[in-house]
Amino acid sequence: MSLIEIDHLSVTFRSKGREVHAVEDVSFSVEQGESFGLVGESGSGKSTILRAICGLAPVTAGTIRIDGASLPAPRGPDFATRVQMVFQDPYASLHPRHTIDRTLSEPLAIHGISGSDARVVKALEDVGLPAAFRFRYPHQLSGGQRQRVAIARALMLEPTILLLDEPTSALDASVQAEVLNLLDRLRAARGLTFLMVSHDLAVIDHMCDRILVMQNGRAVEQMPREALAEARMTTPYARSLFDASADRMLGGPARP
Amino acid sequence: MTLLDVQNLRVTFDTETGPVQAVRGVSFSLGRERLGIVGESGSGKTMTGRAVLRLIRPPGRIEADRMVFDGQDLMQASERDMRALRGKRIGMVMQDPKYSLNPVMTVGDQLTEGLRRRDGLGRRDAEAKAIAALTAVHIRDPARVMEAYPHELSGGMGQRVMIAMMLIPEPDLLIADEPTSALDVTVQAEVLSILDGLVRERGMGLIFISHDLRLVARFCDRVLVMYKGKVVEELLAKNLLDAQHPYTRGLLNCLPRIGGPRGPLPALDRSGAWAQ
Amino acid sequence: MTALRAWLQDPSPTSRRQARLGQLWLAWLRIRRNRLAMAGLIIVAILLLVAALAPWIAPHDPFVQNLANRLRPPGTPGYILGTDDFGRDILSRIIYGARITLYIIALVAVTAPVLGLLVGTVAGYFGGWIDAVLMRLTDIFLAFPRLILALALVAVLGPGIENAVLAIALTAWPPYARVARAETLTIRGSDYISAVKLQGAGAPRIILGHVVPMCLPSVIIRVTLDMAGVILIAAGLGFLGLGVQPPQPEWGLMISSGRKFLFEQWWVATMPGLAIFMVSLGFNLLGDGLRDVLDPKSAPK
Repeated sequence: MSLIEIDHLSVTFRSKGREVHAVEDVSFSVEQGESFGLVGESGSGKSTILRAICGLAPVTAGTIRIDGASLPAPRGPDFATRVQMVFQDPYASLHPRHTIDRTLSEPLAIHGISGSDARVVKALEDVGLPAAFRFRYPHQLSGGQRQRVAIARALMLEPTILLLDEPTSALDASVQAEVLNLLDRLRAARGLTFLMVSHDLAVIDHMCDRILVMQNGRAVEQMPREALAEARMTTPYARSLFDASADRMLGGPARP
Repeated sequence: MTLLDVQNLRVTFDTETGPVQAVRGVSFSLGRERLGIVGESGSGKTMTGRAVLRLIRPPGRIEADRMVFDGQDLMQASERDMRALRGKRIGMVMQDPKYSLNPVMTVGDQLTEGLRRRDGLGRRDAEAKAIAALTAVHIRDPARVMEAYPHELSGGMGQRVMIAMMLIPEPDLLIADEPTSALDVTVQAEVLSILDGLVRERGMGLIFISHDLRLVARFCDRVLVMYKGKVVEELLAKNLLDAQHPYTRGLLNCLPRIGGPRGPLPALDRSGAWAQ
Repeated sequence: MTALRAWLQDPSPTSRRQARLGQLWLAWLRIRRNRLAMAGLIIVAILLLVAALAPWIAPHDPFVQNLANRLRPPGTPGYILGTDDFGRDILSRIIYGARITLYIIALVAVTAPVLGLLVGTVAGYFGGWIDAVLMRLTDIFLAFPRLILALALVAVLGPGIENAVLAIALTAWPPYARVARAETLTIRGSDYISAVKLQGAGAPRIILGHVVPMCLPSVIIRVTLDMAGVILIAAGLGFLGLGVQPPQPEWGLMISSGRKFLFEQWWVATMPGLAIFMVSLGFNLLGDGLRDVLDPKSAPK
């Protein structure tokens, strides 16, 4: 049995009387300890799937199961201890008027876990931030440091599943490398299962074992990492995405 | 022929805690070619682009030993002269079309405004010119786009409109600041090839500012690599893979690659003397 | 002293208490740099001091009448600001009146904004029918001119200082609810709210701990800007005989009683009027300064 099972999932938003099909009939499953990537361009519905898992987007059809059990409608505190998410924009995902300490101790307070002082210090250490950052505000931190705080926050409740929504797309290349390395290290150390969304094939390829290519809310093609590296994609869209990928531009085909 | 010559450009911001130098002595010259400026956030690349147009607001200050555009000294030019240059002879494309287009005017009105005001063209002539410009950026249905408001356009479409708007006065130099980073990769390639075609056809000079080393390498003739307000390396784009400077090499290496090794990505080592 | 300052300015505090005090210290430093805000703060501080020390600094009893000394002009020995139609010292009455003014302001400031903030954030956070009901209620209150509504409420409840305060508070909350709701609408979809939802937080925790702090700056600023209006409405109710009752030395009431002699004995109405003007100005200046200090973007890097 897979850890995450998404079965014929559809998400439809209503805006101004019009129905917007953000996700249509998407199915996939993620094994325990696996790192699964969703890749696609903006509007492909990849982030909406993550939000639907978290109960932040309306599921109109299909089911989401974790550990074989379907999820309760308000997700509830039990869900929070198993699934956490890291958002795309570290400038928007931290409360601007809360110190790092408050942000990190909040999940502990919600779940009535004691010893928050020591746990916060430990969490900062785990993501490679100095303890001196504890009482700073988000605006005093760089983008990469903020994303580390966001990762630390997601791990405070020691979840088994981490949903990563473009965790490095707002960061500089050198900072992206550091954050990706940190995520890899944490996954190995804690046996986490990743479900990662990105528009960057190279990032997904580096981080994930299996990949699902999405377009306009639909699943286009699913392939293992090896198939991507060897350019063995079968659909034209996946191939065009592959060809346009930035890292193909160096030493790739002739310049235009 | 040199179109733009910049020597020892400095941009300084006077803050409460003392002056902060965003650009610290940048020199380059540009002919009718494509020059890329690459760097991470805070490297001063955007400030360099804006300084050429003297678009730095106080408390920022621009200083340069020499900044000459086509025989005209930009450091001595009056604000009035600069206004005549901006848009007309030096165009600028910004990162996100959402913030650069007026949300309450139709695209057509925005495109024709300058033509009618500045060049005194009639409505019909101005519209014809605007439609021609939209066609030049490969917009299939220019008449419909003319009637649209910016929020009705997709990101790629909006950016093409921005480029069209900048190209209407036929500038000699185009400064493009991250023109494609808000776009999807497939759209990105398309917008870039449009830009590329226009630059070649019209023989414009182009300053292409980006954080993406690989994109710049593919798209430009020459590349300046900036770090903390200084140019650390200048090289031909085709030689980028043979870059010598540790910063450039670090930037190249820290990017993941499809089919690349799985181990930790090499982090950028900032301990060298160059980083101080 | 220097050790304390170093402790407060320590960029990497070691405990939560130190961090919080350090933040307050920084806010104080910022407001101290703003001259107008400091002027406002000084005026408000003087009001507080005068109210607290009224029995000691007032030269006369504010209630004792002395008909032999009626309507003395300002500058009369012993009566710097003159006397009113019952021969009472105007300066003493203004000094005691500061207590009543402060009492009204304090009561309104702790009731109206809290009510408005709660209504606005709850409406904005939940949306749907809760939003519709709460906001239509707000609209009903907003539909009437404030003074008229306060008059009607006092007329129903009967004149008196507590009823005047209640009436003012009941008419003052709708603008706060509007402001808070507008802010909440922009905040509730943000990633940091999604993040805390994901951590299993319930609506009360999210609203009180995460939404309210973001609405607080704009509401606090509105409160200080409104304080001037509150003083004026209280004065207006007093003037119309529906607020504080004579012989209480309330400023609005004093203006009202001075109206009869406005042309011959101008000081009777003008002196309390100047007091209202000064205090309103003080709160306005302070409000402007607080806006600069509380805006998270203005915080130093």
